[in-house]
Amino acid sequence: MTEAPERYVGGGVPRKEDPALVTGRANWTDNIKLPGMLHMAVLRSPFAHAKITNLDVSAALEQPGVVAAFTGNDLADDWAAAMPCAWPVTEDIKMPDHWPLAKDEANFMGDAVAVVIADDRYTAQDALEFIEVDYEPLDVVLDMEEAIKDDAPLVHEDLETNTSFVWPLEVGDVEGAFEQADVVVKERYIQQRLIPNAIEPRAVVAQMEPTSDGITLYTSTQVPHLVRMMLSLVTGIPDQRVRVVAPDVGGGFGSKLNFYAEEVLATNIARRLGVPIKWVEDRSENYMATIHGRDQIQDIELAATSEGKILGLRANIMADMGAYMQLVTPGIPILGAFMYCGVYTFGAYSFTCTGVFTNKTPTDAYRGAGRPEAAYAIERIVDALARRLDMDPAEIRRKNFYEPFDEPTATPAGIQYDSLNLPLVLDRVLEMADYEGLREEQRRRREDDDPVQLGIGFSTYTEICGLAPSQVLASLRYGAPGWESATVRMFGSGKVEVVTGTSPHGQGHVTSWSQITADALGVTPDDVEVIHGDTATSPHGLDTYGSRSLPVGGVAVHLAAQKVMDKARKIAAHMLEASEDDLEFEGGKFSVAGSPDQNVTINDVAGAAFGGVNIPEGMEPGLTADYFYDPPNFVFPFGAHICVVEVDTETGKTRVRDYFGVDDCGPVINPIIVDGQVHGGIAQGIAQALYEEAIYDEDGMLVTGSMVDYMIPGAPELPNYTLDRTVTPSPTNPMGVKGIGEAGTIGSPPAVINAVIDALEPFGVTHIDMPASPMRVWETIQAAKNGGDA
Amino acid sequence: MRKVRVKVNGGDFEHEVEPRMLLVHYLREELNLTGTMVGCNTSNCGACTVLMDGESVKSCTVFAVQADGHEITTVQGLAENGNWHPMQTAFHENHGLQCGYCTPGMIMASISLLQENPDPTEDEIREGLEGNYCRCTGYENIIKSVQQAAGQTS
Repeated sequence: MTEAPERYVGGGVPRKEDPALVTGRANWTDNIKLPGMLHMAVLRSPFAHAKITNLDVSAALEQPGVVAAFTGNDLADDWAAAMPCAWPVTEDIKMPDHWPLAKDEANFMGDAVAVVIADDRYTAQDALEFIEVDYEPLDVVLDMEEAIKDDAPLVHEDLETNTSFVWPLEVGDVEGAFEQADVVVKERYIQQRLIPNAIEPRAVVAQMEPTSDGITLYTSTQVPHLVRMMLSLVTGIPDQRVRVVAPDVGGGFGSKLNFYAEEVLATNIARRLGVPIKWVEDRSENYMATIHGRDQIQDIELAATSEGKILGLRANIMADMGAYMQLVTPGIPILGAFMYCGVYTFGAYSFTCTGVFTNKTPTDAYRGAGRPEAAYAIERIVDALARRLDMDPAEIRRKNFYEPFDEPTATPAGIQYDSLNLPLVLDRVLEMADYEGLREEQRRRREDDDPVQLGIGFSTYTEICGLAPSQVLASLRYGAPGWESATVRMFGSGKVEVVTGTSPHGQGHVTSWSQITADALGVTPDDVEVIHGDTATSPHGLDTYGSRSLPVGGVAVHLAAQKVMDKARKIAAHMLEASEDDLEFEGGKFSVAGSPDQNVTINDVAGAAFGGVNIPEGMEPGLTADYFYDPPNFVFPFGAHICVVEVDTETGKTRVRDYFGVDDCGPVINPIIVDGQVHGGIAQGIAQALYEEAIYDEDGMLVTGSMVDYMIPGAPELPNYTLDRTVTPSPTNPMGVKGIGEAGTIGSPPAVINAVIDALEPFGVTHIDMPASPMRVWETIQAAKNGGDA
Repeated sequence: MRKVRVKVNGGDFEHEVEPRMLLVHYLREELNLTGTMVGCNTSNCGACTVLMDGESVKSCTVFAVQADGHEITTVQGLAENGNWHPMQTAFHENHGLQCGYCTPGMIMASISLLQENPDPTEDEIREGLEGNYCRCTGYENIIKSVQQAAGQTS
């Protein structure tokens, strides 16, 4: 046995995931080749809204190499239920039937219409050309405000409306707050539609299991356990016969927190034909048929005193569902509902969200999922209030912060934050950025009429993650619980197997869970193997999304390891003929307090537990424990960010010169991984603020249909990140940990846009929408110069 | 069908392929070199980057037949006698990867970058990698990885 040092948690243990990834030995779904495997290609509607009046696959079937072809009507008998939405947010929510293949109407460009099965993917793709379809185009509706009008074309005629739901929340005397207010600031913000762009497109391989009459589905997903439940629901195959495997998964960002038609289709057809079926998405399909993110209109009103004390907030949101409900589509804006009050304490808050159908790709979770929208709105309008009152944006924030607290504290939205210390992170980031120095430089540039103006933008954020207490989820009508499970098994050799219900796709769970386990059991991370992402080996789990993996799944690992240690301690006491209470455990050794020579190693204990002989009478052999951890509350990481931009006022081009962030996610398991999560999170926030937008033309055609047209930032477009951390433990869980996967994406967009507006203050600019592209910035400057409202 | 003779990662291969077969599919499907992946099919993301005669190309926009008579190196051909290329080590040590899907292409592009410019500035590295997208890391640690590898090879 390797001698264990004091602690691995908190150390920058190099990732165990990397060797396979840097040498090209990873196991992506697209690598899978099975005997007899055939390939599926999907025909998609080129129209945003059309009746399918004729659909004939017979010519495709005649092509050499084509084995089968199916329409929605061909496969209808294979479906026990329509594609499920697991989060019907209101009792009277309107949801359309959503079948894996459209039966007689296509409702967005990319809606799946038919499939071809062939010997190889080239042949399958070619054969799509031979499917005859007659479309009768219908009127399209793309704009949410148009869609809710009485005479608007209907996405789904049978629903008789494009309004899916209205979800209200009101806490405190909102009207009173606005009546009392010296100042009311009212703004409208647009959360543009985004395309998640995991670099690995989705891929699926379905294989029949003849002995059980079940199915094994390999799929590039964040949520193999949810996929198993949903696949069972839609195909009618009992879930004990459904095995779902998430092999190595190349990024998700929420887009693979879903259940997709192709997972059903490959399963149906593998069972029909008795051979494995593979489908690999190409990028243009990914842009049309994998979910999009954001797409909200936010009308925000803030009431405050003339001293800048916030009294109340109204948020009136419209959220674009797209054409159908995917797995948690309607729940995304509702997750944000609790976060519009941000890090500020006041008495009155109201929120209303109207969910609207349009003829566009369905929206769903994209990194942050509802919370970036909320953080953006509050951080923008607090800046607007500062401008109105001619206050410094740092000071107005400070004035409204919560006093630091480390026990659950009620918020204006009616939930309880776990622990916050805003002054600490704000002070730290102001110092790190040399705020006074920046303002001085800004003054100089303004005085000199420098064509390149400096902007300094703030964001002080918190976010709700660690999904989630099962009771709370149930009360919000979410269709799954929020616990996470872990199993820790110590073999007779002293080596350890950890089974987790989380499903990593870049977050480094194998490394972090190994660190947690190593510390608990007195072994090294190399002694620990982590098993995940396969419902056969990890049957209980609720997967990876909502920055839940560490504060729920990691805590489950910690608690399972503690259970193993409880038993190990009993065995050690038996072996040492001592009382459990007299045992100390350090460096992988149990010793009797005061007599360090009397000791047994954890390996000795593991050997005894396996051998079943030298253990207390009546004790079960083996050293293994399961833990289902259901958190009592969410966790709330927080931070303060300053973005420094240089805006070329002649060309409109914005460059992020510096980005400073002080984030607090409680105690850190692996600082290398946490920094990486924050880097990537901020990068995706900057991407929304400056670069990305999914654009449809008036007919509902996705204009930004490939990476050629959709502006993903590359290395030249992004800055270095100057980061620091504070540590405020969460009272929610015994490790004190909070999630960090989405914090950067939640905190950064308002910091960037506030910086752009700050840079343009000399022109009188007070508003710009995302993305602040060079064209939009330039136009905003011109409009302001011409005296118009920007 | 057309005959392709190609040297890949030091080995000689000869296959009959469809003229339209992409090099990346040839590597993946015919040679089982699945360390090179497809990300976009439009030559934007760079996940499929390999070296052809020592220069980086995006193998999703090269036909297998265009590689006839040429020498290809993929990420799977970098290690020698089990020892990683300094660029592989640098990505590991600097946490220059998260999900790892862009990583093989990013490593190949970075190697090609240093061959052309052994001592690049940060801006030159950023510009040099503009054809390779990473959605996880925000690039800073990738830049550090390339800087570390440059320090070791220049």
